[in-house]
Parts: sequence; C-alpha cells; structure tokens
Amino acid sequence: MVKKPTRDGYGEGLVEAGRRNPKVVAIGADITASVRVNWFQEKYPERFISLGIAEQNQVGVAAGLSLSGHVPFATNYGVFLAGRAWDQIRTTVCYGNLNVKFGGAHGGISVGPDGATHQALEEIAVMRCLPNMQVVVPADSIETRKATIAAAEMIGPIYIRFGREKVPIITQAETPFKIGEAYAIREGTDVAIIACGAMVYESLVAAEQLAEEGIEAMVINNHTIKPLDAKMLIEAAARTGAIVTAEEHQVAGGMGSAVLELLAQHCPVPAKMVGVKDRFGESGDPDELMAAFDLKHTAIINAVKTLLKRQ
Amino acid sequence: MNAEQLMQKNQALRISILKMLATAKSGHPGGSLSAIDIISVLYHQVLKHDPKKPQWPERDRFILSKGHVCPAHYAVLADQGYFDPVALDTLRQYGSILQGHPSMHHTPGVEVSGGSLGQGLSIAVGMALGAKISHEAFRVYCMMGDGELQEGQIWEAAMAAGYYKLDGLCGIVDFNRMQIDGFTEDVMSVNPIRDKWIAFNWHVIEIDGHDLTAIENAFYQASAYKGKPTVIIAKTIKGKGVSFMENNAAWHGTAPNSEELAKALTELAC
Repeated sequence: MVKKPTRDGYGEGLVEAGRRNPKVVAIGADITASVRVNWFQEKYPERFISLGIAEQNQVGVAAGLSLSGHVPFATNYGVFLAGRAWDQIRTTVCYGNLNVKFGGAHGGISVGPDGATHQALEEIAVMRCLPNMQVVVPADSIETRKATIAAAEMIGPIYIRFGREKVPIITQAETPFKIGEAYAIREGTDVAIIACGAMVYESLVAAEQLAEEGIEAMVINNHTIKPLDAKMLIEAAARTGAIVTAEEHQVAGGMGSAVLELLAQHCPVPAKMVGVKDRFGESGDPDELMAAFDLKHTAIINAVKTLLKRQ
Repeated sequence: MNAEQLMQKNQALRISILKMLATAKSGHPGGSLSAIDIISVLYHQVLKHDPKKPQWPERDRFILSKGHVCPAHYAVLADQGYFDPVALDTLRQYGSILQGHPSMHHTPGVEVSGGSLGQGLSIAVGMALGAKISHEAFRVYCMMGDGELQEGQIWEAAMAAGYYKLDGLCGIVDFNRMQIDGFTEDVMSVNPIRDKWIAFNWHVIEIDGHDLTAIENAFYQASAYKGKPTVIIAKTIKGKGVSFMENNAAWHGTAPNSEELAKALTELAC
C-alpha cells in the first residue's frame, strides 16, 4: 500500500493551479515548508507573499488580493486558521463572498506528538456553518491535489482540510473528482459507512473485515461536507437503511453531523457516529492516537455491529 | 470646487448624515461627523474614481475600516452619484441598499464588507500588494478610528505594509480621541501614536482633520512619498459641527430624535 501525506497533494495541487492560472497567489505564514507551500514559492516566487505568524492579517490580506483580481491561497494550520481568524473569515471573506481559498493543514488527531494545541478537531464545524463557504476533506494525496486545483477553478470561498501524516493512497489519477459529488468507493447493501479524509481508508478496511462476517457495507467517500451531495446520501440511506459516519473530528458539528442533519429531515434511518467525542487530543504517535481515540477501522466495525445488533 | 464651496458641501453632508440617522433612529453620529471632512476631500479632490463605473479596474480604492461611520460614506457616495439619494431615507431598514455597516453587495461604491473593527487595513494591504504584483497604478486608502487601533490585527497589517514598502497605500486615522466608553486615553491609550507608526516603518503626517486644505495637502504628500506607506493622523472632533454632540461619547452610537435633529440642523445651516 503506497502512502503519502495529503499535505503533499495540496502542495502539488497548488503548483498546478499556479501553472494553469497566473492570478493564483500563495501566502506564507512561517510554516511554509510544513504545509508544502514552499513548492509554489520555489516555482513562482513573484506570486508568493510571506506574512509571518499573523493569521488574522493573512486572511485579510488574502481578501484584499482577491478584490484586486487574484486567486489567493491562505494556508495555515487548520486550528489557527479556522480558529484564530474565524471572524476575519466570516465577516470579510464569507459575508463578501470573496474568492479566497483556505488550506487547513494538520487536520485531525494524527498530527501526533505536537498534541492538543495543534490538532485541528473543530474546524469543519466552524467552517461549515458559514454562509457561502464550501468545505472539502479529501481522502488521500491524489484527491487533495485534485481538490486544490478544483478550488482554484471555482469562484468563492472554500476550505480544504488536509493532514500531516502519510495515509494510504486509495484513489487513482483517473478517479473522477468534483466538489459536491460523493461516491461509493465500495458497494454494499447492509449499511452505508459515510467517511471523509483518512477515515475513508479505515472504512474500507472495516468493510473488508465485515464482509468476512457476512455484512456488506457500502463505503462512501464524502469528501465534500459543504455543499453535501444530498441526492447521493439520501439514496444510500434509503438503500441500506443504516448509516455509520466516520471522521477525524469532533462528532459535534462535523461531517457526521452534517450528514445526519440532512438524513433526519429527508430519510431518517438508524445511525452511529465515529469521531472524537467531546475531548481534546493528546501527544502521542499518530497511529497510537487514532486507536486511542477510536478512529481506527475497529471502531467502525464496532459501530456497524452495534447498529445492526449483531454483536 | 473651491475651498468655500467644499466647506458648504461638507455642512450639507453633515445635514444629510444627521437626517438619515434620525430617520433610521439608530446609528453613529459622533464618528460620522468627525470623519466627514476627510472622506469628502478624498472623493472631491483626491480619489481617481467614476461613480457611473463603480467597478472601473483603474479606480483608487477606499476602505472604511471603522465601518460604523458608514453614514458619512453613504452621504458622500449619494452626493457623488453612486446611487439615488432617496435611498438615504432607508438606512438600516429591511431591504435597504444601505446596511447598518458597509456591505459591498448592497451598496454601489462600497469596496468591501466590514464593521468588525481592525480588519480593513489588512484588506487594504492585500489590495496594494495585488496592485504591486500586477503592476497596476491604483492607490488604496483605508480609514481607521483611533479606538480601532486597539485591535491587534491593525498592527499585524501595519507591520506587513511597512515590510513590503507599500507606498501605494495610505492609512488615515480619524483621531477623534473618543470611543464608546469615553476618552481613548482613559479606556486604553493608543499613544504615542506617531512613534508607533514610525516604528512600523510608515511615513507619518499629522494634520487637523477639519482643515480642508491641510487634508488635501496631506493626501498629495502621501501620493508623492515613495518607499513607505503613509499614515495621516487626522486630529478631529467627535461630533464636529453640532455643539451638543462635540466631544461627547454619548453621541458615539445614538441617533438624534426629531427635536435634537432640528437643533443640530439650525446650527449647521448657519
């Protein structure tokens, strides 16, 4: 299994977006190499702006750049970008519906040893509640590259979340990707596991093991949390009659919440949520933390079995 | 427009501000009256703009970071022909093109939405950087309040503007010395104000913000100054022009009632 960090996909996508459109500019915030924006900086130094450690100013400057006809990418650790600069993102960018692209790095608990302060676990919630904002959490580096290019080509604010650690590559270069279109990465009829980010891979592993016990799980790569692919998700719920959501984020307000808000109104079915349960992260080895916070395939298997009352 | 005509125009704009606030029954007269002379000079004598083409790419940009004094901006925009002055009577009403704080998608001539203090200078920095990257000649003006300088983001933006030597950017501080809780000096002093901007690598000009010739000259000096952004610290009087509003923090965010309006209009008509 080939593994690669999704931040690499972001860095590659940003370079490609810059190649396609000379109006694409990138803002550095001292962590340029860590978030892979250094690749864009090396290729297009005249379109790279270093602003230092100042998230609020980073967002405001990005807004100003968009108003002068550029396509700015403001990249930072998600926890600081979405948290510290939330008012700037809300009032300047989203209220104005400005064409600013946000790269939220170090998403999830898998950030590892840096601990709770740097592990973004709430940013999906606080980004998806903003009018005009779109939110994408790609599953692997290939998909992150596509999402980044797509972000540059759509008009309006968008938040792309990606991670620090290597995660398995589960999509191919030719796999179609469109913002707002979820798809079944595995077919099944007993339950639909709706996942985003690194949890798509964990869901696939869970589905394979469940199959050995006679449970056929559909796995949906729900990379776009806003706008949700309502039609696809409602059909999946109707077809399987049972839903498990899986995300590397607080269950409160995250992808699972978004899905269940939709299904509660249009196709209510029994559901379980896999995610972080109202607690902060900790330091540790990424894989160890994923297990400790019930974010591995085993947690998904347990959720499915509990849901289907087969435990 | 000569100095005498502009002075008369500004009195008319003050009347326009107070009438719209009285009709709206809420809003911010104090800062609107301290800022109006500067905004008026900017639109009459300085800005490269075309009210018939608000999106003209070569226009200079004006950002009102202290967004709560938008009635001053609205009065000028209406007078300049950006929209029908009839709209001034709808300020703050549901469905109006004139929102309680600036909204770019509601009001022709408003460059960016705002009103959460401290954000405008960063946007102005981004615009000026954008112009620099694309080799465009438009200038960017950003008006802040002295109380607003308490926001940390202002200094993040000031640092970036100084670092990038954005001489296409001109900041204006409407230094009326007051904020909601009282004198800025008592609430949280922003002094020494001149030294702060100098330390952030800005060119500083200090003027009387109600002296129309001084305002105009300051803007010309700012345009001519190369290698640094310029900030004009304009010493103003909160509530300027209406005796009972001047230097009274109570008029920061209270609209005049009909009696108070009548009294104010009598003073301004003189």
